[in-house]
Amino acid sequence: MKVVVNISLKEGVLDPQGRAVEKSLATIGFTEASNVRIGKQITLEVDSDDVARAHQRVARMCEQILANTVIEDYEITIEDEA
Amino acid sequence: MRISVVIFPGSNCDRDMMVAVERITGRRPAMVWHKETGLDASDLVIVPGGFSFGDYLRCGALAARSPIMEAVLDHASRGGAILGVCNGFQILLETGLLPGTLVKNKGLKFICRNTTLAVQETIASPFTDGLEAGERLTIPVAHNEGNYFADDDTLAALQQNGQIALTYEDGPAFGPSNPNGSAQNIAGIISPNGRIMGMMPHPERAADPDIGQIDGLRFLTKAIEMVA
Repeated sequence: MKVVVNISLKEGVLDPQGRAVEKSLATIGFTEASNVRIGKQITLEVDSDDVARAHQRVARMCEQILANTVIEDYEITIEDEA
Repeated sequence: MRISVVIFPGSNCDRDMMVAVERITGRRPAMVWHKETGLDASDLVIVPGGFSFGDYLRCGALAARSPIMEAVLDHASRGGAILGVCNGFQILLETGLLPGTLVKNKGLKFICRNTTLAVQETIASPFTDGLEAGERLTIPVAHNEGNYFADDDTLAALQQNGQIALTYEDGPAFGPSNPNGSAQNIAGIISPNGRIMGMMPHPERAADPDIGQIDGLRFLTKAIEMVA
C-alpha cells in the first residue's frame, strides 16, 4: 500500500528557512502570508495487507529514522490499500 | 594508544584527522569503513566531519544507522571514549549518544571561519581535563547545520551536570561570537559520563604549525593524553 509521511517542525522550533521564504513572499507582494513553516513529505510503498500493522511499522520507521523527534512531528496517511 | 577514525561515504575530514592524530601519537590511526561491523579495541573512536551520505534526510541521519555504528555503540556502552567533530557531532546526536540536535544556522548561510571558544568547567572528562576552565581556543568551524537545539529541560540539565564543554566566545576571531544561533552559545557538549564529546569546530583544521593555527592540535593532544 502507498503511505505518505508528512514531517513538520514542532511548534516552538525556529524555522529560519520558513522565515526567509516568508520575507520573499512579502517582497513579491504576498504580504498576507505569515507563519511559513517548511517540512518534508516522504512517500513509500509498504508490502502489507494489514493497514493497522503497516501504520504501526511506518510509525516505527518514523521514530527510528524518518523523523528526528527532538524537533520534528510526523503524520502518517495510508493512501490506498491496493 | 589505539585510535580509530570511522569513515562514511561523504566524510571529508577523515584524512586531516588521521594526519593530526599521527602527528600527536606517531602512529597512524585505524581508518574504519562504515560497512565494517567490528572495531578493533580502541582507546578513542573519532567520528570525523564531512557530508556523510550527502546530508540526505538529515545531517548524520543515515550514517547513524550504518553497520559500524553498532560497534561504536558497543564501545560507548563499555565506557569507551568517542569524539565526534562537525558531521561527526551530528551523527552522535542522531544515534542518541548525545542529547539535542543541530539545526540550520540562524543566518541560513554555510559558515566557514575561525571561532573563539571558551573551555567550560565540566564534569571529569578526557576532553576537558587537560585544559583550563576559561581557556580560549581559536578553532575554525565549517558548517550549514551547527545551530545547537534542545528543549529547555535538556539545556538546563546540560548546564547543571557540567556537560557543556565548549562555547563560542568573543575574541580575536572574526565576527560575532556565536556564529550560528546555538542555544547557550554551545559549540561542544559531553555525555553524562564525560566519555563522549561532540563539537562543531574542527580541531584537525588547526593542527598544523605550518599553517599557523595550533589550538586544535592542543585540544586533540590533551584529549589523547587524558584518554590514554
